[in-house]
Amino acid sequence: MNLTFAFLDWSVISSFIVKGFIFSVQLTVVAMIGGIALGTMIALMRLSGKKWLVLPAAVYVNTLRSIPLVMVILWFFLLIPLLIGRPLGAELSAMVTFTVFEAAYYSEIMRAGIQSVPSGQVSAGYAVGMTYAQCMKLIVLPQAFRNMLPVLLTQTIILFQDTSLVYAVGAYDLLKGFEVAGKNFNRPVEMYLLAAITYFVICFSLSMLVRQLQKKIAIIR
Amino acid sequence: MSWDWQVFFQDTGGGQTYFHWMMSAWGWTLLVSGCSLIVALSVGSLMGILRTTPVKAFVWIGNGWTELFRNIPLLVQIFLWYHVIPSLFKGLQQVPDFFAVVIALGFFTSARISEQVRAGIQALPKGQRYAGLAVGLTLPQTYRYVILPMAFRIVIPPLTSESMNIIKNSSVAFAVSISELTFFAMQSQEETSRGVEIYLAVTFLYFISAFAVNRVAAVIEKRARVPGMIGGGR
Repeated sequence: MNLTFAFLDWSVISSFIVKGFIFSVQLTVVAMIGGIALGTMIALMRLSGKKWLVLPAAVYVNTLRSIPLVMVILWFFLLIPLLIGRPLGAELSAMVTFTVFEAAYYSEIMRAGIQSVPSGQVSAGYAVGMTYAQCMKLIVLPQAFRNMLPVLLTQTIILFQDTSLVYAVGAYDLLKGFEVAGKNFNRPVEMYLLAAITYFVICFSLSMLVRQLQKKIAIIR
Repeated sequence: MSWDWQVFFQDTGGGQTYFHWMMSAWGWTLLVSGCSLIVALSVGSLMGILRTTPVKAFVWIGNGWTELFRNIPLLVQIFLWYHVIPSLFKGLQQVPDFFAVVIALGFFTSARISEQVRAGIQALPKGQRYAGLAVGLTLPQTYRYVILPMAFRIVIPPLTSESMNIIKNSSVAFAVSISELTFFAMQSQEETSRGVEIYLAVTFLYFISAFAVNRVAAVIEKRARVPGMIGGGR
């Protein structure tokens, strides 16, 4: 079979693919910001040393990390309408799912980051009269965050790849955009190939950028 | 909302109950995962080893392989092997869907395993390699008798988590209608509308599958300990 990309022009790209791309990026950004915020809270809970905080946080992280993401997407798609009494739509449901799911992974990264800060610094904070919250906010978290920045970003690249799994509930993401365009022009093979190239170019360049950043951070430290 | 676990004893319309279907779906999940793991371990180890050799071309191949299969989403890779490759190469049109998924999942995971294996080899002191070469072993012999026996022991823990990931990732096979657990969950949820019961059962099966892998790996790790190393036996 011969590949032909003759049908492909800007109007095709803008009407099918850009819409999906925008959603994929939105989903990634929302889940990244929400996931890091929620994940940091969960990491702090796990490191708090108080049993009633440690246990729920550990259950949260370990449960989500042992279930396939597709199943989590399906679970939320099924449960959210049961809980709020009306369907939420695949796109919004995916945003909630990814935020909750990624928080489990980000929290493990943040936990490692917090643990990488020497405990003497916290003692020093207490010694000058800071509260626990002040110690965390002013001393530990800024350093943990900076030390872990490359890992957090690498996780975000994985997150961007994983957004393609919203396929399971039929949300219109980047992959779906390519698929719909392929169906419309009866050129599925070309469009799947283009989808692969697009994802590769985006993820590869981002991971190169992260590698540069890592080198920079390593020098500062 | 009330529970209705009887749903598993309903007939699917094909002469079997949903429970039977779920068990066979579990079998497919384990089969896909197992076959993919074999592909991933062999290809991943090979690529990881290539990346640590002194031969520039080998390093380049290993790096290229890893970057290629790491930077494309698994679902897209499955579509590549399922839709794109068979239409580009006429001879591959007869290949069953099962193999498309095993190759896709296997190669996807091989990129991650290649990273682990490379890191494991590089974690060894350089002197071991030089020592091997100095006593007259060839490079392949040095790998076989000096480097790899240690490197593989080092990477058992990360390989364990990759093996557990493979079971989770096999869920993506639903997209090409392999009748595994996630596909079963989606189909039977639609047919019976007892989504919660079915999802709970499927989630539980994923749990125990991953847990079983974890236990098996713990046994392997214990058996393979080297006396005198940190965490080693006596």
